Amino acid sequence: MDSAIVIASVLTIMTAATPLVFAALGELIVEKSGVLNLGVEGMMIVGAICAFATAVTSGSAFLGIIVGMLAGAGLSLLFAILTQNLMANHVATGLALTIFGIGLSALIGDGFAGQKLDPLPKGIPGLSDIPVIGPLLFGHDILVYFSIVATGAVAWFLTKTRAGMILRAVGDNHDAAHSIGYSVIKIRYMAILFGGAMAGLGGAYISLAYSPLWAEGMTAGRGWIALALVVFATWKPWRAFLGAYLFGGVTIIQLIIQGYGINIPAQFLSMLPYLATIVVLVVISRDKYLVKMNAPACLGKLFHASH
Amino acid sequence: MSNSVHNAGSVPRLALKGVTKQYPGCLANDSVDLTIMPGEIHALLGENGAGKSTLVKYIYGVVKADAGEMRWNGELVDVVNPNFARRLGVGMVFQHFSLFDSMTVEENIALGIAPELAGPGLDKRIREVSEQYGLPLDPKRHVFSLSVGERQRIEIVRCLLQDPKLLIMDEPTSVLTPQEVERMFVTLRRLSDEGVSILYISHKLDEIKALCHNATIMRAGKVVGDCDPQVETPKTMAEMMIGTHLVAPQRDETMVEGDALLVVDGLSMEAEDEHGTSLKNISMEVRSGEILGIAGIAGNGQTELMDALSGEVLADHENVVLINGELAGRMGAGERRDLGVGFVPEERLGHGAVPDMSLWENAFLSGMKRKDLLIKGFMDVVKTVDYAEKIVKNFKVKTSGVDHNASSLSGGNLQKFIMGREIMQDPTVMIALQPTWGVDAGAAAAIHQALFDLAKKGAAVLVISQDLDELFAVSSRIAVIAEGKLSPAKPVEDLTVEQIGLMMGGLHGMPDEGGQKRVA
Repeated sequence: MDSAIVIASVLTIMTAATPLVFAALGELIVEKSGVLNLGVEGMMIVGAICAFATAVTSGSAFLGIIVGMLAGAGLSLLFAILTQNLMANHVATGLALTIFGIGLSALIGDGFAGQKLDPLPKGIPGLSDIPVIGPLLFGHDILVYFSIVATGAVAWFLTKTRAGMILRAVGDNHDAAHSIGYSVIKIRYMAILFGGAMAGLGGAYISLAYSPLWAEGMTAGRGWIALALVVFATWKPWRAFLGAYLFGGVTIIQLIIQGYGINIPAQFLSMLPYLATIVVLVVISRDKYLVKMNAPACLGKLFHASH
Repeated sequence: MSNSVHNAGSVPRLALKGVTKQYPGCLANDSVDLTIMPGEIHALLGENGAGKSTLVKYIYGVVKADAGEMRWNGELVDVVNPNFARRLGVGMVFQHFSLFDSMTVEENIALGIAPELAGPGLDKRIREVSEQYGLPLDPKRHVFSLSVGERQRIEIVRCLLQDPKLLIMDEPTSVLTPQEVERMFVTLRRLSDEGVSILYISHKLDEIKALCHNATIMRAGKVVGDCDPQVETPKTMAEMMIGTHLVAPQRDETMVEGDALLVVDGLSMEAEDEHGTSLKNISMEVRSGEILGIAGIAGNGQTELMDALSGEVLADHENVVLINGELAGRMGAGERRDLGVGFVPEERLGHGAVPDMSLWENAFLSGMKRKDLLIKGFMDVVKTVDYAEKIVKNFKVKTSGVDHNASSLSGGNLQKFIMGREIMQDPTVMIALQPTWGVDAGAAAAIHQALFDLAKKGAAVLVISQDLDELFAVSSRIAVIAEGKLSPAKPVEDLTVEQIGLMMGGLHGMPDEGGQKRVA
């Protein structure tokens, strides 16, 4: 393999990982607040079509990104009302949200299939022309850089800020947080909306940058991978980032292996990322202490205020 | 009311007037008046469900009242939330700690105080305050690795850091050893001397007599009287609480002890995780007709011992646990029940009963074989409901019907139900962990009486408890569990509360063996 192919592979791995980073970071915050939203896949795909439709109609990719995030947040608002105010079960509501999102995206996307869109501009002019490190360090679109900044920001928020501490407290023991005087439902609302916006952003990245087109079901289970990544990362942002790159890598490497004509059935290779998810989850979940120390104790539990 | 001897004539620190709070189906507070002077230690007494917790939650801004007013240093205030209460100078130590297990001591404290106090240097101030009041704490430790006593210190230090004017303590001593209680009283008296008012809720009437200047007694949401604990006796205060004469449970001195029905021989068990306690070579015998008490501070292996005895965790060899002479070490809980064992676990909701199932369903689950509640593999609903109704009637469980969920009962009532459910199966061996935890005096007396009756009928009864008064009241012999090791049992006449307290604090061996004198 010459360096051009290596560079090209690394670049594709990064674009494959970036939507996972966004969705996983959002879900990480949601789960740290004690809410389990299984609707990530649904919010991603609605984000993807809304971003694509907006970008095609208005010609502005930036506007597309914003609308994609708003769409994800809008869907998560529905989840928040159902689970926080109407006390619906988190798991059932999340699953319903995913099914709803997939259907809704197909409805909105009717007529947008086959349309073309210019991908997000890549590279910092001048710097990206430096051989080897130029494309690797400076040859990305703006959202790749933003995903790195966002990971750092989420990590900083959770460990260094008082608001992050309160968020973790609500996820650890919502009754205690309530009796100390924190508004559990308000805090969870904000976490859920953030999670929705980030899932929408992940979806927007898929339809605007990763493969700039619209096809039904194009998120292809990435929402589920993002959910798995949160557990894989034991609720730590940088580990989720690393995990996203790992899974992005497996996705791209199977494509490359296929490209080289190595005689492994293509279906088997496409299974790899999902198989890897299961293996990693089993290995991680075996360490009881690791999960206990980091998992939000109130994850998925309904909160009834005592007055 | 008999105003405080302290600062008589000055403005009350706290004055409540006509506080009323209605919950669906229950009037929790009915025009409650309460006055506390600066520096006064004021006791709030009452049975479970008398409305004490609702009242203090109102003072702390967690619960809104339907009517009534609160004056703070003479000024009318509307406590909208706990943050406002903290700014006024109200500190609260909760009965069920409001702590976050996976976070550090420092983070826990930072979360419970005003943001401007939680800035840099907090760990230093935590160390200062904890040294000043003799409440040692390491700010960097995680809460899940701390003992219950240490966890309580976090709550107290959290209050003290905010320079409180009124400290509310809800059942603070139920988890402490006698020595820890004495140390806490020293702290509280010192705070009182510094002018801090203390509202003290406890079931332990002798503690109230030792500590408090005044007492207000509540029953069914109403204030039924005030008294001076110094001139009352625990018995008279208990009678004011329950409104009738308290019949002290009577131990039948003619009980004849028979064969050993429960034998544990060299039981060792590794802890499941690093926060658990490993059981180390535990041996004991419980004979027919006797009540053996096991004392110990929470977290010294009681839960693990209960799991090993109930069959939730199996021992390595079948011969380390003998029930009615049968090798039971490898038997599951169901098989042990079939041998005639009754269990009353510590955790009522979750272990003792399924919260979201009705009382009769819960009765079925444990009594299905011994009460013969099955017809060809199906539930005999009529018979089960009848059995559940008998439990409710015989053990005076307050509930509006046996088809109500277990979770709808108050803690004390559910405990009476679980106790009754097990006792009515005529167990030959009864194992109870914390049988009167959080249960008021009247219900506790009923539960103790039931245990005596059971022993009298020839059952072997094992009571594991942190409450030494309880153990001294019911047991014929007492052993102490500390760090997973069990001391030999001694007749209760040969022991004092102080000796047991010292052994619970980690001093091994019985008082007459070795003669060490070390306070852990």
